[in-house]
Amino acid sequence: MRYRSVTAALAASAALAFVGAADATDLEVTHWWTSGGEAAAVAELAKAFDATGNHWVDGAIAGAGDTARPIMVSRITGGDPMGATQFNHGRQAEELVEAGLMRNFDDLAAKENWKEVINPPSLLEGCTLDGHIYCVPVNIHAWQWLWLSNKAFADAGVPVPTNWDEFVAAAPALEKAGITPLALGKQGWQEAGLFHNLLLAIGGKDLYLKIYQDKDSEAAGGEATVKVFKAADDARKMAQNSNVQDWNQATNMVITGKAGGQSMGDWAQGEFQVAGQVAGKDYTCLVGLGMPDPHITTGGDAFYFPKLDDEEKSKAQEQLASVMLSPATQVAFNLKKGSMPVRGDVDLSTANDCMKKGLEVLKAGNVLQHTDQLINPDTTTQINDLMAEFFAKPELSVEDAQKRYAEIIGSAD
Amino acid sequence: MRSKSERPNPLFRNLNAKIASIPMVLTALVVFVGGTAWTMLYSFTNSKLLPRLKFVGLDQYERLWSTPRWLVSIENLFIYGILSLIFSLVIGFLLAAMLDQKIRFENAFRTIFLYPFALSFIVTGLVWQWLLNPDFGVQHVVRSLGWESFTFNPLYDRQIVIYGVLIAALWQGTGLVMCLMLAGLRSIDEDIWKAARVDGIPTWRTYLFIIIPMMRAVFVTTLVIIASSIVRVYDLVVAQTSGGPGIASEVPAKYVYDYMFLGQNLGQGFAASTMMLLSVVIVIVPWAYLEFGRRRR
Repeated sequence: MRYRSVTAALAASAALAFVGAADATDLEVTHWWTSGGEAAAVAELAKAFDATGNHWVDGAIAGAGDTARPIMVSRITGGDPMGATQFNHGRQAEELVEAGLMRNFDDLAAKENWKEVINPPSLLEGCTLDGHIYCVPVNIHAWQWLWLSNKAFADAGVPVPTNWDEFVAAAPALEKAGITPLALGKQGWQEAGLFHNLLLAIGGKDLYLKIYQDKDSEAAGGEATVKVFKAADDARKMAQNSNVQDWNQATNMVITGKAGGQSMGDWAQGEFQVAGQVAGKDYTCLVGLGMPDPHITTGGDAFYFPKLDDEEKSKAQEQLASVMLSPATQVAFNLKKGSMPVRGDVDLSTANDCMKKGLEVLKAGNVLQHTDQLINPDTTTQINDLMAEFFAKPELSVEDAQKRYAEIIGSAD
Repeated sequence: MRSKSERPNPLFRNLNAKIASIPMVLTALVVFVGGTAWTMLYSFTNSKLLPRLKFVGLDQYERLWSTPRWLVSIENLFIYGILSLIFSLVIGFLLAAMLDQKIRFENAFRTIFLYPFALSFIVTGLVWQWLLNPDFGVQHVVRSLGWESFTFNPLYDRQIVIYGVLIAALWQGTGLVMCLMLAGLRSIDEDIWKAARVDGIPTWRTYLFIIIPMMRAVFVTTLVIIASSIVRVYDLVVAQTSGGPGIASEVPAKYVYDYMFLGQNLGQGFAASTMMLLSVVIVIVPWAYLEFGRRRR
């Protein structure tokens, strides 16, 4: 309610400011990009949209997606839709689309040839339901990164690790120097994210797909997954003294050298950039946690457009969709955000070392679908709850946690 | 004019009052009873993001009662509920009894004790999150005074985190209980006190055996107010711990919200809220039966 009245006030003031401008249409866009790097990136989108003669009304909702999504969904189902809204593409908006609350962009997609330009094609598939395209992917976010603070390892007198195993081995030296080995925000989604990174890096691609695509509970409870839970147990011990909540606070521990490293998606890179740090010199990034044959998952953000009655606004929606995918916007936005563009045909010579590493993996085709696309939010919440408990409760044994994990996977659809 | 001997139809007695209460009666029926029935009906379906009538029997309830997070929530509600009930009544009554001793600056004290109640649970939660933070709050202050080994860290300790929440709730809520109690004490006739003094009954016995039984109505009102705030505790936990560390301070209302909107599983959320209603009914019905059933006899 509070957010709604704020955005309503914003919308009203924006409407006053633009009285008289001939074809400026206000379009409210809701998203949850509020950290420093994210806000800088979203400003690029707003700038590009304003340049078309329309007006971007910013509806930022503070807190992570977990806070923002319920507000967005209840606005759409409650009959007060915004002009456009962020979701992670995948199954979060599935039922809204099925209920006919979202508009499709089949014409625009055909005109601008989205099928050709969007790379990897799985992104557009994530937006497609029954042959219609319902969302505009704007970036590719990969979870599978390990960010390491060069300063922390120098202070502890050990070389910067090149993979997860070395990182675990270096943990005692870090602790001796008074440094928290692993920074981890104590929220379920971050803990589950770390777990999935370990699953893909240590368990491998086949195990990941068996569990999340085929929902194979035997694989989830089996021998191969034991290793992953053992690694999670290591992580649990390494993160014991990490008393922060939000992911960017955890990233800040790495930036300031209070923690050795953090396993977080590539959006963390935006924070390093805002802090003026240089990849390779101040911090080290390891794609796929530095393990051999790295894979990334193409989670990411997409914009969905609720059906609106207003003719003008519907036209503005179309312009916004087109602007978001234009090469210039894609480059400007993604450089600030630390993510990878959704087009294969844009020039990224300005990208930094980390992003180039990610692009190489992308080019090699080592791309999988993110868990958001494979399991529904219900199952995601259950896994988040389990991981929240696992990471906070040292007595919860690896065996018990794995048994419960297998049960959740078994009941997923 | 009809003859006076004809008895008026009881339905039309106080007709104006009855007409005036029709809107509230309708609201109660449609919103409360109707909404409750709707929620209970849909708790037997597999509704996800949007409600749909596809019945799955008791599946949602089976899943609910095998979910560790729900069990933790229920346990927390019990601990929090019982302790909060006892402490707010005891502390509230003691404060009121002290204020009732015709002390000086009574108004100032009353204002100070009642002030926290003017804050929302969200603000209360945030304030106490800082106070109980080991790096900034109480622990830090005591350690900087020289007691280096002092440890008071409830919000980061799974075993006692719910007591950290309880402290904040008591700080916020006892002021109101005190005011209600004070009003009750003031309504007791001075003569009762005089009579007790003449009989040589000590003050504490007067309170315990004469005054408190006379304040029955005030206690019932207070009980209802405290109990309702216990069952719906949500915002305090969200602001103070967001259920953490891990799932150690989860409460049922948060489970309902998280599964309805975050997990996009309405059926599960409805099942959980039906169980919450059931727990209230289990407490209320025997009490109402004793209270009203006895009077009719």
